[in-house]
Amino acid sequence: MTAPQQQKLKITGPVVVTANRLGDGAVVYFTAGKKWTTRIEDAAVVSTTPAATEFLQSAIADDVGAVGPYIAPVRLEGATIKPGNLRESIRLQGPTFELPASFGI
Amino acid sequence: MYHYDDFDRTLVTERVSEFRDQVARRLSGALTEEEFKPLRLMNGVYLQLHAYMLRIAIPYGTLSSEQMRTLAHVARRYDRNYGHFTTRQNIQFNWIKLEELPDAMTDLARGGLHGMQTSGNCVRNITTDQWAGVAPDEIEDPRIWAEILRQHSTMHPEFSFLPRKFKIALTAATHDRAAIRVHDIGLRLHRNGAGETGFEVIVGGGLGRTPFVGKTIKPFLPKRDLLSYVEAVLRVYNQYGRRDNIYKARIKILVHELGAEKFGAEVDAEWQKIKDGALALDPAFAADVAARFVYPDYEKLADGPAELTQARKNDTEFERWFKNSVSSHKVDGYAIVTLSLKPEGAPPGDATAEQMDAIADLADRHSFGEIRVGHEQNLVLPHVAQRDLYALWQSLYKIGVATPNVGLVSDIIACPGLDYCSLANTRSIPVAQELTRRFGDLALAQNLGRLHINISGCINACGHHHVGHIGLLGVEKNGEEYYQITLGGKADEDARLGALLGPAVKYDDVADVVEDVVATYVELRERPDELFVDTVKRIGIEPFKERIYAAR
Repeated sequence: MTAPQQQKLKITGPVVVTANRLGDGAVVYFTAGKKWTTRIEDAAVVSTTPAATEFLQSAIADDVGAVGPYIAPVRLEGATIKPGNLRESIRLQGPTFELPASFGI
Repeated sequence: MYHYDDFDRTLVTERVSEFRDQVARRLSGALTEEEFKPLRLMNGVYLQLHAYMLRIAIPYGTLSSEQMRTLAHVARRYDRNYGHFTTRQNIQFNWIKLEELPDAMTDLARGGLHGMQTSGNCVRNITTDQWAGVAPDEIEDPRIWAEILRQHSTMHPEFSFLPRKFKIALTAATHDRAAIRVHDIGLRLHRNGAGETGFEVIVGGGLGRTPFVGKTIKPFLPKRDLLSYVEAVLRVYNQYGRRDNIYKARIKILVHELGAEKFGAEVDAEWQKIKDGALALDPAFAADVAARFVYPDYEKLADGPAELTQARKNDTEFERWFKNSVSSHKVDGYAIVTLSLKPEGAPPGDATAEQMDAIADLADRHSFGEIRVGHEQNLVLPHVAQRDLYALWQSLYKIGVATPNVGLVSDIIACPGLDYCSLANTRSIPVAQELTRRFGDLALAQNLGRLHINISGCINACGHHHVGHIGLLGVEKNGEEYYQITLGGKADEDARLGALLGPAVKYDDVADVVEDVVATYVELRERPDELFVDTVKRIGIEPFKERIYAAR
């Protein structure tokens, strides 16, 4: 599969810029103030290629804040921002099964 | 167990110091991600969907109880209390923080563990039969040769930037438990007509986007020539392997395009130049490596002790486990015990820190402190006295690693899939979990006999789906998860690739379809002990195809 970072930029709906935080790898989103947050509800949502490109370039410039920024689709349900596909949903919410820490003894 | 010397310990410790400095420079911004990425990959550090992942090598699948406790400690202290055993005798921690990685690596290094060459375009962890040294069907311990290859390929300057990653596996047994025919180099120790032991050299096997079963280019290679010949294979690959296209960069493509005969001739030409040089193995060196493997001081015991016979008679659950998970040992009175990491509904290959600690304690008590990791993502206690089996089973049962499903339909090999992996198209683990529930009836599973299901969440085939008796490959279609199904693959001495059943099926339907495939097999098998894979070989996939797709 082509990783989102390598895909050609093609905006067909609302998107956010996302990446992994450098120090711990946590999933983060780029805000309108061009900072990183772990809260998708605080992410800047854009819907045009120029706007997405501008945010992405700013995110890429912050090489210490986060790693591998890319554009990810989102769905807007009223004022709520939801991940736009399964991959992004898993990145936000974690694996789709119970982690095995509780299994066993 | 192999005992590392000061050279190994210094190498690992120095690498950790170097990496600590690299991480500090990355965190400060002195190194860009572009500069840092190759450095972290050389130490087995990936960035996955949610976090960094650390892959640690378990050379030839052998772990001491102390090393297992070290892994438990790392799981508990730096991760989320569990680890994932992979199909290449590695363990992965999925939630490691970059800022804590140097400390985690320091702790691992104290146990002689590291992530070097578990990633990158170099010779990866050398793997072998998880029963090496104890299997009755082997001619000698292949780990000695795996260790020699490990030493030679670790930080080998000429082979640190190969066209692509390079995987070597060995076996010395009649039955191939190491899947050597689907590796870049597979080595089979055997005896020739004169009674000498040497290697059959198989090259160009591999799965992924373009799967191939390897081809034999040297039916018999004397042991003294192992390093020079492997070096020659790597040199030819390094020179001619394609660097212009990542999808064509593996040695399997080169072997396929040149043809095995021409590739073998190129290797021979290179080998003639170096075979009598510094790489010719001095028997004293091999003996020295062999001497560093310390074998248990076995008691003189007889097979079938009275306490075992009694327990088998009295306890039907124990008897079921015994028949499934206990195998013959080369030493009388001992047994090889496989610990299933595939309980119903659990992610295949995962073990919690508590399980790891408990297994380490049981290894100390019952297996001379030794544990093995197999490519099927299960663990093994390789030296258990038969008289202790009942007590051991009771302990294993309590910690959830005594499901008697080894080699059965619910002993599923699965990659981490889209729940963790940034390359995956689809989920693998939830599919495996659902299938273990569907086939949770152990009596039914036993009735089906040996049946391997392998699941990969993308074409990179980390779940080895091409060689599963039933293989599932996740593909994405318009944002939805689908699975292609292959039937009839095998990874053993009779390795072959599965045939595609037909159009891919949806995530919600895949467990139903697998159930239908299995039901079709039960109906069409010639006799109750005809294995699934043999039925597919005998009748082909058409009867399965008709049954599956006619109903949909």
